[in-house]
Amino acid sequence: MGVVSPGFHGRPRESSRRLPPGQYETHDFPVLSAGPTPRIDREDWEFTVTTETGDRHSWNWAELTSLPSESPTLDLHCVTKWSKFDTSWQGVSLDVLLTGVETAADFVMVSSYGGYTTNLPLEDLLDGQAWIAYGYEGDDIPPEHGGPARLLVPHLYFWKSAKWVHGMRLLTGDEPGFWESLGYHDYGDPWREQRYQGD
Amino acid sequence: MARTAVPGRLGQEGAGTGLRWRVATLVERRAENATASTLVLDVAGWPGHLAGQHVDVRLTAEDGYSAQRSYSLASAPGGQYVEITVQRVADGEVSPYLVDQLAVGDPVELRGPVGGWFVWQPGGTRPVLLIGGGSGVVPLMAMIRARRETADSTPFRLLHSVRSPAEGYYAAELTSGDPGLATDFLYTRTSPDGWPRRPGRIRQEDITAFAWPPQTEPMCYVCGPTGFVETTANLLVDLGHDPDRIRTERFGPSGG
Repeated sequence: MGVVSPGFHGRPRESSRRLPPGQYETHDFPVLSAGPTPRIDREDWEFTVTTETGDRHSWNWAELTSLPSESPTLDLHCVTKWSKFDTSWQGVSLDVLLTGVETAADFVMVSSYGGYTTNLPLEDLLDGQAWIAYGYEGDDIPPEHGGPARLLVPHLYFWKSAKWVHGMRLLTGDEPGFWESLGYHDYGDPWREQRYQGD
Repeated sequence: MARTAVPGRLGQEGAGTGLRWRVATLVERRAENATASTLVLDVAGWPGHLAGQHVDVRLTAEDGYSAQRSYSLASAPGGQYVEITVQRVADGEVSPYLVDQLAVGDPVELRGPVGGWFVWQPGGTRPVLLIGGGSGVVPLMAMIRARRETADSTPFRLLHSVRSPAEGYYAAELTSGDPGLATDFLYTRTSPDGWPRRPGRIRQEDITAFAWPPQTEPMCYVCGPTGFVETTANLLVDLGHDPDRIRTERFGPSGG
């Protein structure tokens, strides 16, 4: 237990089984980005998976949105401490997108329009754990929240769920992405409070 | 957004140790306006920071319950104490305690510094444009102070948007005349008497009138509430500023 701050009581202790350590629930949807929101025309939008041998698999907007989609309801956990419960999305499971992709890779570098990157183990994108989402609460995803399409990997801190997703490189070795090379945790499990390097 | 950022101080305390929680003691509290105060903290073993970085603050109740929030550092690197400026959020859990209740001599826990992207270091060649909304001026103030402390001559301009003159931050210090720093204020609700600009949110002409033109290729730092940052960053891009030279930090209406 930490050092007690005299007279601090905090909020009523609600049932917080859904709240990872150090998080608090918000009903807003805060925005966190390192730069301006990129402008992306759906006509030009493309998502490309590049394997470790250089094979490329691409989907344009019409191709992505004609794939079988799912409508998951998810809890989001941002490393800046807010958590948001029961958000509803529409998107294509990575299981669908990676079905025909031959790879022996263990890691993925996700890249976004605007230059953002983030790294994950490939296994964290499979088995119903991740989506390329293009709908939020029954509507398009607003640009500041990552539209037209963003990655969703809700079991990791939300910086792993890259906004404005553009592609994935499959890698045989792990490499740090944008925040991961600026001191944030390589993996980012909110339930183990892996916020920063060394956590 | 190339990955060429200034390295953070994160993780530099030795492999495996990570960022430790440290006990900070309140040395002094300075009111900035009716809802915000600067807390001067004595942090044993503080490893130093870069202007623009933030810290995590943790409060613990007697029953072991704890709450954490992030706050930008307001002080320049290298001082004896560490300063944060906290705005009281209505219905907030942590900020009302920090602004109103924490007494001189009381402990809080803190870890950091955090964040290696929204930072400025002396010695650069580009002019710097700082645009802050409300308490979003806090990390920008750390940059201004770092520039002053190191007698750096990088040309700085600060545009600060606040609701009214009464809701300013660091007002006396910002108008004290740092050589090479130009400061201007936007008022969104109430302007001082005779102020030439009609009250209102930031507009393109505010930026063209005051900011470095895109041809001078300034580094732009924009911090404030989400809507303010979204609007301002879009205006800068519209005016021809390279998105790679615009760094943003946003806070939602939540926090607290």
